Amino acid sequence: MMFIVAAIAIVVAMVLTLLRAILGPTLYDRVLAGNSFGTKTVLLLGIMGYMTGRPDFLDIALLYALINFAGTIAILKFFRYRDLSPTMQDVRKQEGEGA
Amino acid sequence: MEYHTEPTQIVVLNLAILTLLLVTAITMVRVRRLFAVVMLSGIYSLLSALFFVSLDAVDVAFTEAAVGAGISTVLMLSGMLLTARREKPVVPGHRPLALFVCVITGSVLIWASTDMPAFGDPEAPANAYVGKMFIERTPSDVEVPNLVTAVLASYRGFDTLGEVLVIFTAGVGVMLLLGSGSIRGGRKRQDILPQVEPATDQKASLDAGQKTASAQDGGAS
Repeated sequence: MMFIVAAIAIVVAMVLTLLRAILGPTLYDRVLAGNSFGTKTVLLLGIMGYMTGRPDFLDIALLYALINFAGTIAILKFFRYRDLSPTMQDVRKQEGEGA
Repeated sequence: MEYHTEPTQIVVLNLAILTLLLVTAITMVRVRRLFAVVMLSGIYSLLSALFFVSLDAVDVAFTEAAVGAGISTVLMLSGMLLTARREKPVVPGHRPLALFVCVITGSVLIWASTDMPAFGDPEAPANAYVGKMFIERTPSDVEVPNLVTAVLASYRGFDTLGEVLVIFTAGVGVMLLLGSGSIRGGRKRQDILPQVEPATDQKASLDAGQKTASAQDGGAS
């Protein structure tokens, strides 16, 4: 019963996060929505593992959390420097833009 | 610890995931801001990975999460930065022939799916002949607990090696075409930043800086 309630709560949170990703006026709303949707996926994966009686899936949930984190970093880096491997020149240019 | 979960609860959970998938897909078609589409496609991959896990296809789910939510999001973002931030407006209009073809194909596919064996049927052709052989012989042949891994990496090892070779070749080709293979990044950075227009004196100093940078690079290499 506990797992079912938790699963329902996570699905509701997923719906809300999806709404923010769809409506989100700014770019950062959407990045944050994508990231927290990944977190909800990890949580629901864990809950599903317990619901079906196979908590071994927790390992996979952990790996998802890792991918989610790296993906968000990659997206944000892309928007800061417009590249995944910025040269120092690019970084200086960006900071000159900001000033 | 005991688990009291009815199958109907899992079905309801799957239905919720599928509904979210449908909503995400329809929104992706309708939204014109490409960044939102990229983020929604990441969410779509996460949801389908969740659905694959609930269908017991854990390895497929993991590939979907790594490729769909991780790499292809970044690839699509880089593509978007090279082109436009918004999709061009679509000319509204109805194509009755296209709708007709879609409806006919869809209904034929649904009609064909009634002929399929039930989900998880042990007598289904996919489970009966070679599948049974793999299930029986994998523990003694390969000694890997995961059957999919055993089939992919051992029984079909040469096939997988060929696939890896094809993907590696494609990756090398794309890297050569995009010119991101060198340490410095290869291509001209100014192409990506068309909107940066520094004032003339700043530009002169920037050009000078570039010259020294390239000179240093030449010296280093």
